[in-house]
Amino acid sequence: MKAFEYASPRTEREVLELLSADRGHTEILAGGTDLIGLMKKMIVKPDRVVSLNRVDSLKTIDANSTAVHVGAMVTLEDLADNPICEFYPAIRQAIGEMASQQLRAQGTVGGELCQRPRCWFFRDKRGLLAERGRAVEEGDNRFHAIFGNRGLAKFSAPSRLAPALIALDARVRILGPNPGDETLMPLEVFYRTPKSEREREHTLEPNQFVSQVILPHPEGRVSASYEVRHGMGPEYPLVAAAASVLVTGGIVREARIALGQVAPTPWISREAIDAIVGLPINYETAEAAGQAAVSVASPLSHNEYKVQLAKVAVKRALLKAAGLETGGLS
Amino acid sequence: MVEYVWPSKEDSSVLGKSIDKIDGVPKCTGTAKYSYDINPDKVAIARALGCPHAHAKLKSLDLSKAEKVPGVVAVSAMKKVGDEIQWQGDLIAVVVGDTEGAVAEGLDAIVAEYEQLDVFVEDANLEAAEAAGRTAKAGGKVQLEKEPDGDDPDFEEKELARLFKESAAVVEGRYGIAAITHMCLEPHGSTCEWKDGKLTAHLSTQNVSGTAGQFAAPLKVTADDVTVHCDYIGGGFGSKFAVDRWDSLAAQLSKDLGRPVRLMLDRDLELKNGGARPSGYAESKVGADKDGVIKVWDTHFLSAGGFGGAPVNQSVIPYVIVPPNYRRRGTNVKINTAPVRAWRAPNHPQGCAMTQTAIDDIAAKLGLDSYDVFERNLVNVEDKDRRGVYAEEMKIAAKLIDWKAKWHPHGKGDKKGSVVSGLGMALHTWGGGGHPSTCMVKIHPDGGVETFIGSQDLGTGTRTVIAIVLAETFGLPVEAIKVNIGSSKYPASGPSGGSTTVGGVSESSRHAGLDALVQLNEKVASKLGVPAESLVAKGGRIHAKDDAEKGLSWKEACSLLGMSPLEVTSKGAPGRNSKLSSSGVGGVQMAEVEVDRETGQVKMKKFVTVQDMGLVVNHKTAVSQIYGAMVMGVAYALFEERLMDPRTGAFLNSEIADYRLPRLGDIGEFVVEIYEPESERARGVIGLGEPPVIGPGAAISNAVANALGVRVPVLPLTPKRVLDSLQLAARNA
Repeated sequence: MKAFEYASPRTEREVLELLSADRGHTEILAGGTDLIGLMKKMIVKPDRVVSLNRVDSLKTIDANSTAVHVGAMVTLEDLADNPICEFYPAIRQAIGEMASQQLRAQGTVGGELCQRPRCWFFRDKRGLLAERGRAVEEGDNRFHAIFGNRGLAKFSAPSRLAPALIALDARVRILGPNPGDETLMPLEVFYRTPKSEREREHTLEPNQFVSQVILPHPEGRVSASYEVRHGMGPEYPLVAAAASVLVTGGIVREARIALGQVAPTPWISREAIDAIVGLPINYETAEAAGQAAVSVASPLSHNEYKVQLAKVAVKRALLKAAGLETGGLS
Repeated sequence: MVEYVWPSKEDSSVLGKSIDKIDGVPKCTGTAKYSYDINPDKVAIARALGCPHAHAKLKSLDLSKAEKVPGVVAVSAMKKVGDEIQWQGDLIAVVVGDTEGAVAEGLDAIVAEYEQLDVFVEDANLEAAEAAGRTAKAGGKVQLEKEPDGDDPDFEEKELARLFKESAAVVEGRYGIAAITHMCLEPHGSTCEWKDGKLTAHLSTQNVSGTAGQFAAPLKVTADDVTVHCDYIGGGFGSKFAVDRWDSLAAQLSKDLGRPVRLMLDRDLELKNGGARPSGYAESKVGADKDGVIKVWDTHFLSAGGFGGAPVNQSVIPYVIVPPNYRRRGTNVKINTAPVRAWRAPNHPQGCAMTQTAIDDIAAKLGLDSYDVFERNLVNVEDKDRRGVYAEEMKIAAKLIDWKAKWHPHGKGDKKGSVVSGLGMALHTWGGGGHPSTCMVKIHPDGGVETFIGSQDLGTGTRTVIAIVLAETFGLPVEAIKVNIGSSKYPASGPSGGSTTVGGVSESSRHAGLDALVQLNEKVASKLGVPAESLVAKGGRIHAKDDAEKGLSWKEACSLLGMSPLEVTSKGAPGRNSKLSSSGVGGVQMAEVEVDRETGQVKMKKFVTVQDMGLVVNHKTAVSQIYGAMVMGVAYALFEERLMDPRTGAFLNSEIADYRLPRLGDIGEFVVEIYEPESERARGVIGLGEPPVIGPGAAISNAVANALGVRVPVLPLTPKRVLDSLQLAARNA
């Protein structure tokens, strides 16, 4: 990697003072499980790395009667182990699927949400939109997007936690650019599909950072995550889905369903939500919701199989949330 | 006259038992120093720059900015302007520096311009390869029982057509196996120390005794000025026989700079340059009688060896089961990848995967039990002597996996929701004769024993094998033998390839040990006043065969040597006349899988290997070798493949994060049985490293086909391939 200046601030204010407004000049170091690799390959070449590791205010989990505030520097392992996750099974399941103990112990909530795409053209230093989408369109795109891929961006959003958090209606707290500046936004709004190489896959300015994830009280909602993985290793899932549903009298009154690894952002499936609300969850309705989810899929030349996987993931996430057998390999 | 034989099973005290690796503790505690761990004082770090394009001409190369980066001590071009580059990641230049950081910045500062040329990497696409002018005819062979009538030019076609017409069942299919890389945990490279006109090269190598000369020539010295040293190697699998161009450069740079230089490839360049196993794709037509016995076979296959590498050899089609009539023809596809290298059992895994799958399809077509079809086809095993061994091994394997109880016709098993299960099997064969090896044994007057062989431990447990052989020979405990391997200054031994090491070092160690014992026995005999031939070395003593009381302790016996140690150097004599070793093994593998029809995920439930290997030297390391081969087999059957971008020729998954390998949770239950009746043991030591990696592809593919009732034609059987095959089958139905 390129030589860089290393800053290790103690407070959120100091972090903001150290971050540059120029894109690429500074990078934020959380657990480092993604950033270090990107720096070693010189995909990012910051002049300064600002570590959040000693900012203690980012490491707490606080619950009150309406919400849980999870600091961005809480490790994935600590979040999964925290008793509050009893109320958010989708989170515990999503983290549990991350097979590498090292990734769970070292990776953080904020870092997991802000990791860069796994797109192999991006990782081969050809940019997020490699050749304005042509590299993906005409190349090997087996792991790329099946939704939201009609623009230049065709990579898959890599976060494994985001679908669960979005299903749970989480918000993120963003600090900066100036000390005292604070923005709260739904997590799904935080992500965006970049339209040029100057944009990143989220709305953060270079001198802003995610400080907290805020989970609303579940108020009786049940939730689940389901990943379709190729093997038990730490590799990313092929497709993932998370569902959070409010069921009263055996009928789904409200639902939030989000998919991962299928679009340049975590993908909320309105079609699946519309298909399940007003019905009980059973094998047929869950199947129909899965089918509805993929009705708007636009697979690329080599990833049609992901459409089938997305359908199954939605179905199984709903069944799992309802406490029913998902089927599949044990 | 010494008779070079092994003791009987009953007479053996350590030979054939389960012995822990004598270097197991250093290996698993991290104290073992691998080549990558060698870190001499003032070592300079060298790293290479890979070409970003798969096919290009180097138009300009400017190293001046890199040379100016603080901490960089040398920059060396590996290509010159005008050179044509044939694969992504081919090495362009090397930067040497004081720190990894300086070197990285140096590499980033190199300015290279390329003219991009046409790229072709689609090794499975004959049509595209022909259109791109990227094909060459491969070797082939036709064998027909019937003699041609006269000189009919169409005899071959007519005869094949007749044979297919007479067949009760004909299967036509496409069967393939993707290219994989060696993925050595320790990448290729070396640390080179030039001092006072001599080179010490700490090379990660499978060939300690054969590489000194390769270093010497470019340095304009002779091999006696070079020491190649490798105590521990982190994986080679056939890819580390030679001094690579980057190793030669490291040696030259050490000479030029007057300080040690370490040049190990990083993971990305390791996967792009360090070796791959060639792919194979077969279009086959197979005809059998109503019992499934194959009568005729016709295959056209494709294989790609990378730029200048050797594709799959035609000789492995068909594989093990070779019917009386067959034709094989092939096309080699020229693709923009690095040349392939030998990969554990070269050609055999591909041959097995491309053909024993078709045999299973014959069983499916006739609605027969695959076991019965394989058993009936043993009449087609070329080596008649091995037919009975396979039959016995099949029986044992079937019992271990409970074949008869679990079998169901293809696609007709019970369903648990979307999950179906299946069984599959395959047969394999390999040589494994010992390589030439020389062993020096040194017995000290105080009873100490040390041994020197210019061999290496590729993972076979070479040290432990040598210690067991000499411990058995001298009647000593295994830990009493101090084993020295890993230096080119020791007596020469062959490279570790082709499963030749255990046979080789067992031969030379037994010879040297017995030769030394004869000399020691003479001294003991004259002291005791008994004939030397009446003495045996057992239980830490040398004593009369029929009177254990009449003897000396090992230590007392060795004290008779006087002031100087007894040194004996001996070569083994592997080959036809040896009673210590031979070659030619076989085995049977059976797999049980579960498949989720909705997601295409395949899960290993149980995997059985029954393997013969002549005489077992160390039961524990032999079983470990088989486990390792089975894991590697699961890897290429279900997970790993080299993914090349068809448009740009980029190697897409050249990092560990993207190159999928199985984890413990993916391999299921392994059961290993070594088939070692006296008839096999009497054949002596035969190498084992390769054979059990051959069958997993076909066995697992057959199990998946049995579960689904649909053949997934190309390995690895990823969820994508399984779902694509199911979709195609549904469309065709």
